[in-house]
Amino acid sequence: MAKIEIKDLCKDFSVEGIKTVHAVRHASLTVNDGEVVVIIGPSGSGKSTLLRSVNKLEEPTSGSIFIDDVEVTSPSADLRKIREEVGMVFQSFNLFPHLSVLDNITLAPRKVLKMDKKEADELGMQLLKRVGLEEKAKNKPGQLSGGQQQRVAIARALAMKPKAMLFDEPTSALDPEMIKEVLDVMMDLAKEGMTMLLVTHEMGFARAAADKIVFMDSGEIIETGTPEKIFTSPESERTKSFLNHIL
Amino acid sequence: MESDLRKAKAQPAFHPLKCGRGIFRTLAGESFSCLSFFFAGITAGCRMFMDKDLTNDELKAQITKNKMVSVDAAALNAAASAPQTITMTDGPLIPKKGEKHVLSSWRITFIGAIILLAGLIIFKPDPYRQIFIVCIQGAPVTFQVTVCAIIGAVIIGTFTGLGSVSSHRWINMISGIYVELIRGIPLLVQLIFIYYALGRFLHLEGMVAAIIALSICFGAYMGEIVRAGIQAIPKGQTEAATALGMSKTQTFIYVILPQTVKVVLPAIGNEFISMLKDSSLVSQLALADILRKGREYISRTFLSLETMLIVALIYLILTLVLSRLVGLLEERLHKK
Repeated sequence: MAKIEIKDLCKDFSVEGIKTVHAVRHASLTVNDGEVVVIIGPSGSGKSTLLRSVNKLEEPTSGSIFIDDVEVTSPSADLRKIREEVGMVFQSFNLFPHLSVLDNITLAPRKVLKMDKKEADELGMQLLKRVGLEEKAKNKPGQLSGGQQQRVAIARALAMKPKAMLFDEPTSALDPEMIKEVLDVMMDLAKEGMTMLLVTHEMGFARAAADKIVFMDSGEIIETGTPEKIFTSPESERTKSFLNHIL
Repeated sequence: MESDLRKAKAQPAFHPLKCGRGIFRTLAGESFSCLSFFFAGITAGCRMFMDKDLTNDELKAQITKNKMVSVDAAALNAAASAPQTITMTDGPLIPKKGEKHVLSSWRITFIGAIILLAGLIIFKPDPYRQIFIVCIQGAPVTFQVTVCAIIGAVIIGTFTGLGSVSSHRWINMISGIYVELIRGIPLLVQLIFIYYALGRFLHLEGMVAAIIALSICFGAYMGEIVRAGIQAIPKGQTEAATALGMSKTQTFIYVILPQTVKVVLPAIGNEFISMLKDSSLVSQLALADILRKGREYISRTFLSLETMLIVALIYLILTLVLSRLVGLLEERLHKK
């Protein structure tokens, strides 16, 4: 398992070359080995940008990120290696629509880890069993419900045997009745001691699974603390008003 | 659209005088001119019908905009509204099931063409039978040139398309210049130029040179199709593959390309039909295709209008059959 350290991270977007938007401002955050850290905050507060910087889907403007003391942000970093070791689950699933569910899971192990087909298929079936979708192995992603697709996406990320997992609003695109099945899978992962950094609006899950909650607003980390502390006695006024709005 | 205009300008260039003479001769002597003019009328009518349907049904979004919308913009618009297809405005209309109107206009044209051709050959064997036999001998060359050139164009187009989505500035620039260059020069001029250039510097044989020349000309348009196809694939696909540790090449080969193929196939089918028609330009390069055979026959017999009628009918039937096949292919793709 792994430790993720984010130090003084900034990300600026330039809008049409005129205006600069500070999406993330001087954010520092540590996810210890086996910890589950949940980032919450209003939309547009830079949560996703911060998360996506960890595997360099976003190029940070300044600051540094370390995974197990390897600097992700250094120009000489082996990004492919880092991405192999950090799984990611997206809000919109991003399954490959032209491949079967099983092939979605086995593609990366076969092509990146050079696993042979039989071994990869076995691993794929094992993971599908774990997320409760063995019988869908031959289906195309389009034939699955949103919740099922997201479970496949989690299995796909797990197939690379990652040391840590990033979840970018994994349940936000789902119908309410499907959220639970995805959260259950995530909860199992958390219990198994997977290092997880996630952005979510599911406060129930955050309270139950998180070791640490990070509240972000307008690109800044306002407050960090245990779920207990954040939900019952937040220090900052902004945290309080955000929680009042959503709870 | 743009390329249609270009082709329309290029094509009449090589038989205006002879045709004119032919018209007078036929008008004076033979009764068939009536029939052929009548048929030309029907054909034109059908075409107009089809064009109208195209604008009504498929290009609703573009009606309010400038009609001279470029190929890529059209493709992107279509991609935005219905993600899995690129609607091309170039070439003949591909009929779809359910669009009864279009289908019937296709049928009328097709059956009309078949009946007219068969009627001429059976009831007026002199000279039509002979003309048909001579002209159809050019069909293998036409097919060979078309099929080889479309394969060449797809290969060149894939690289051009990749080049134009590349983040590498110079590669981007090179494919951009290539597309601009090809789009700005009449097809016939390019074809003759490349043909002579290949002949002088590489000493290539006529057929090969013609195929390469056509591939280069069509490669630019194909490049635009491929570019639009690649851009129609959601960004999330690349992100997901990248996040799994796949390299750019792996992402392209296993994730982007298979999806792009599905999106661009109908457009390539359409280009194939255009290519079949434009392959008639190689008759200028002394290749014995359908049109060339016809023109040789004219130079022997001076039966200009009769010969061109048969040549036109052969091309028409071929394109109509092909457009139906492309339509079926597209339907199957949608079902899957």
